[in-house]
Amino acid sequence: MVQMTDVFKVYENGTKALKGIDFKINDGEFVFLVGPSGSGKSTIIKLITGEIFPTEGSVIVNDFNMNKIRFSQLPYLRRSLGVIFQDFRLLENKSVYENIAFAMRVIGASNKEIRRRVPYVIDLVGLNDCTKRRPMELSGGEQQRVAIARALINNPKLIIADEPTGNLDPARSLEIMVLLQKINTLGTTVMVVTHEKELVNRFSKRVITLDGGRIISDGMDGYYSYGNEKAELFH
Amino acid sequence: MTEWTDITVMVMRKLNYFIKEGVGSIFTHRFMSFASVFIIVACLLIMGSFSLLALNVDRIIDTLEDENQIMVFIDENFTETAARSLEGTISAIPNVTSVEFVSREMALDSFKDLYEDSSLLEDLDADVLRDRYIVYLDDISQMAETQYELAKVDGVVKVNAHLEISEGFIKVRNIVSAVSLLLVAVLLVISLFIMSNTIKLTTFDRREEIAIMKMVGATSSFIRWPFVVQGLILGLLGALLAFLAQWGLYQLVSSNIVSGTGLSFISVIPFEKVSIYILASFLAIGLGVGIFGSIMAIKNYLKV
Repeated sequence: MVQMTDVFKVYENGTKALKGIDFKINDGEFVFLVGPSGSGKSTIIKLITGEIFPTEGSVIVNDFNMNKIRFSQLPYLRRSLGVIFQDFRLLENKSVYENIAFAMRVIGASNKEIRRRVPYVIDLVGLNDCTKRRPMELSGGEQQRVAIARALINNPKLIIADEPTGNLDPARSLEIMVLLQKINTLGTTVMVVTHEKELVNRFSKRVITLDGGRIISDGMDGYYSYGNEKAELFH
Repeated sequence: MTEWTDITVMVMRKLNYFIKEGVGSIFTHRFMSFASVFIIVACLLIMGSFSLLALNVDRIIDTLEDENQIMVFIDENFTETAARSLEGTISAIPNVTSVEFVSREMALDSFKDLYEDSSLLEDLDADVLRDRYIVYLDDISQMAETQYELAKVDGVVKVNAHLEISEGFIKVRNIVSAVSLLLVAVLLVISLFIMSNTIKLTTFDRREEIAIMKMVGATSSFIRWPFVVQGLILGLLGALLAFLAQWGLYQLVSSNIVSGTGLSFISVIPFEKVSIYILASFLAIGLGVGIFGSIMAIKNYLKV
């Protein structure tokens, strides 16, 4: 669960990134977060992952109060999150299996647990044939599946996908979105940050639209529900 | 019981991971590892050499101190018995380790031995000389104070002390000690800096990996430990190699001194006598530099 109440964020250089953000994402929801560059999407992600903290207002993520969280608690917050990036961020010197197992190993999981969990997640994202291959030997879509598997491996409550289809062609993008939807139906909350209008409109999901650090729409009406003029600005 | 077994298994698993990652990183970054071990060896070798030099200078000065003596002359009107009776008073003066009585006759004999060829001493009567004491000191830096105390003793008419020699010894010892201490401090900082930078380069190479570790929720200590293990192994290796090199170097230099380069009157401390202290200091410095250097290097990466 993510709850932001009247959140303001002013960076050290004076940039006002967020100007009074209010929203709540309940457990099990699938939400798109959309908006042009500089609208505050990245700031919201960083507030959720604990890379930055709000200047004003309250942020609660998976029962962690981000206004009061201690530095030593951050790893435990992050274990309840799975983050996926546009550029995949895989380790080139490790195989698909090792990239996924790595995320378990560094939080102290046993080899037994790793051997049990990794094949299950690999199967879930449909990468059974490439476990021994390195990221460079995979297509963009396959690399993103590895990143999704890594995000899922520690069984997080919330998956945050930051432009997950930005580097993929439309067919692969759709596959990734279908996979994220499948993960959502298995009970994980999913938050997708994207620019892709067609993709968003193919799924009837809640869309939070940001502009200039404010929420300009929040509902089930698809992308750019605020009006056509606004939609043009986003391109 | 099961809980303890679980904890032991978990600790062993983590330890295994830290060692595997730490050792792996040394081989992945072979050149930097070699460079940092080399620097540690060089710094420890210079530190060790200067410390050994300081120790040897100290010992030589100690030997010279033992030979350094004050001559105390007794009033010529005192009989030999009266002069001998002063031994207790002189011995009781602070800083005096031992005294040796030399009668007028003994003094004359030694003069005659010294100047065999001279006919001047042949008819000399012992009564023209004074009874005397040779006084040995514990600490020559307090020679002036002891000389003053000796002069105050009733019956003592003259005290001969080579103050300028003792001051020279003290000056040499102070300079060698100060230079050694300064060098050790400077080299300690240099090796710490180099070690920290080596690990910093390794961490820079692995920044992506560290970022992913942070992202998936690895704790700071879990991220830090493999780097600490890496620093520890490099420090340990550097210390052991430096110890062996120091041993070889010391034997080479000391055997050259003993086998006659004009310095054969100097006796050097045998390496075996100080080897355990050298090894312990090298290990302490090597491990300290390794561990502290890696903690300093990784600090910035763990902030986010």
